[in-house]
Amino acid sequence: MLLVDWLYVGVFVAVGLVMAALPLGIVWLLAPQFPQAQKRLTYESGVVPFGQAWAQFNVRYYLFALVFVIFDVEVIYLYPWAIVFQRLGKFAFVEMLIFLIILLIGLAYAWRKGALEWA
Amino acid sequence: MGVNWPLEIGRAIALTVVMFTFLAVVTAMLGVLLERKIGGWIQSRLGPKHVGPQGLLQTVADTIKLLQKEHITPQAADVVIFNAAPLIVAVAGLMDWLVIPFAPGAIVRDLNIGILFFAAMASMTVIGILAGGFASNNKYALLGGLRSAAQMVSYELPLAVGLIAVAMEAGTLSTVGIVNAQIRNGWYILYQLPAFVIFMIAATAEVNRVPFDLPEAESELVAGYFSEYTGMRFALFQLGEYAEMFAMAALATTLFLGGWSGPILPPVVWFFIKMYAIVFFFMWMRWTYPRLRLDQLLNLSWKLLLPAGLLWILITGYRIAF
Amino acid sequence: MGELAAFIILSVITLASAVVVVTSGNIVRSALSLVPTFLGITGLYILLQAEFVAGIQVLIYAGAITVLILFVIMLTEGGTGLRTRQVNEQVPLGMLAAAVLALILIAVFSGTEWPKASGSLPQYTAAPIGEAFLTSAVLIFEITSLVLLVSLMGAIIIARRER
Repeated sequence: MLLVDWLYVGVFVAVGLVMAALPLGIVWLLAPQFPQAQKRLTYESGVVPFGQAWAQFNVRYYLFALVFVIFDVEVIYLYPWAIVFQRLGKFAFVEMLIFLIILLIGLAYAWRKGALEWA
Repeated sequence: MGVNWPLEIGRAIALTVVMFTFLAVVTAMLGVLLERKIGGWIQSRLGPKHVGPQGLLQTVADTIKLLQKEHITPQAADVVIFNAAPLIVAVAGLMDWLVIPFAPGAIVRDLNIGILFFAAMASMTVIGILAGGFASNNKYALLGGLRSAAQMVSYELPLAVGLIAVAMEAGTLSTVGIVNAQIRNGWYILYQLPAFVIFMIAATAEVNRVPFDLPEAESELVAGYFSEYTGMRFALFQLGEYAEMFAMAALATTLFLGGWSGPILPPVVWFFIKMYAIVFFFMWMRWTYPRLRLDQLLNLSWKLLLPAGLLWILITGYRIAF
Repeated sequence: MGELAAFIILSVITLASAVVVVTSGNIVRSALSLVPTFLGITGLYILLQAEFVAGIQVLIYAGAITVLILFVIMLTEGGTGLRTRQVNEQVPLGMLAAAVLALILIAVFSGTEWPKASGSLPQYTAAPIGEAFLTSAVLIFEITSLVLLVSLMGAIIIARRER
């Protein structure tokens, strides 16, 4: 039964991609295609663009993504705990409490060290 | 194995086609129309009225227009990724609907890991957006993509926290299980109001809607990560976004408002009433609130919603365990 | 029969994307090819009946780690324009070494008697995993939180020093 479930997921992805590509196919058939140098210029509010197209070196994007990865892994542990702790009683709750406290210390550290500041 | 593979595959294909068409019509086309009508109503003006009775065919006309717009690919854009990005966003929006129960027994597939699957598919949208931003070879698109990603990624955590709180109440990750638990015990919006609030805020941010639409703001970055996308490719991004928003609304009704349960009227009708109520609420917020600055937005998520959410989980856990 | 077909399709997707990751000169394309690789691995987990692991594979790897890698690309010198040189002068020797290694590994793997675990797989994997790390593997679970804390602190220290 399990594999049938996921067969549906696989089919969804495959057929979904095909169906999403369908309108693009229609456009390819119907729409005009006259590529001209002007049209293909990168858009920069009407000004001719200059410089390489990469944003400034800025570590804050990385820091956000990093803290996110750490907490995402933490959240992973919360999912099975959520469904199981009811029958495992108080001890399970305390275990998760310890886990969360340790990670909240991490969040507090990140906060203090300015990892969560955008500016 | 006892499983009739060809039958299941055929059924799966049929369901996908139905679901995709449903999404394209009911969420994207009707949704955009609703947005414009509701916006008009809130701003004391008429929305689209010309095309079709009361403007109902407006989005149909828009779609036909978009279908014959030229596809322009900017020079030096990475063609493969540029074309793939809208597909990723559209399919990620579609995948979320796999675990939404419309009525008893009317769900594409009741996966055991229901809400985890939903969260996973929502996180795939970020990849599509980043890909679009990177592939466009345009500073604004790139910046928009990066900011969008930073925002969506920051709000995935409160979103997950909201989901986990509900999973704790219901004792299962399956959406059908959660609806059934609510039928037994009452709607979770009553027990889990903080989780509901956190979920709604996070959901709004996940789909880049006002007050969290800075990455797409016209005055800021042209159109953010989809600046370079013309015609139908742009429409696919929009389809993905609207499908995702409706999916969040559908999940909110499933998790907090009892899904399809309700007296007298058939379950499907109840489901749609509740889902559209939440969609209306999303749209109402859009036309009411000013946009948050990016640092305000990120602070809200990390410094308020996440700690509050984790605290709420501990409170709920304490309540259930003791 | 269907499983074999699924296995082949998933393996092809995973391996082909992995090859693109390793050999592509365009760094963005290389990073984005990680996504089909991870998704292929997700499919393989599902074939092993590990639903929960499959779910978190998508969530963490395809959803978070790829995003992290893409952000890191922005921080590197050349940014998105970086084109890396993919081959050097030692290609023939390298291919020979790889072929020999592959033959050895294939011989070893096919000759080994892999022990089979007894018992049947649980129908639903998330609950047993939860029970496991809350009862028999509690220490590992708590230490994991310390590992996460330390990695978080370490990365923040390193990233901030670069300012």
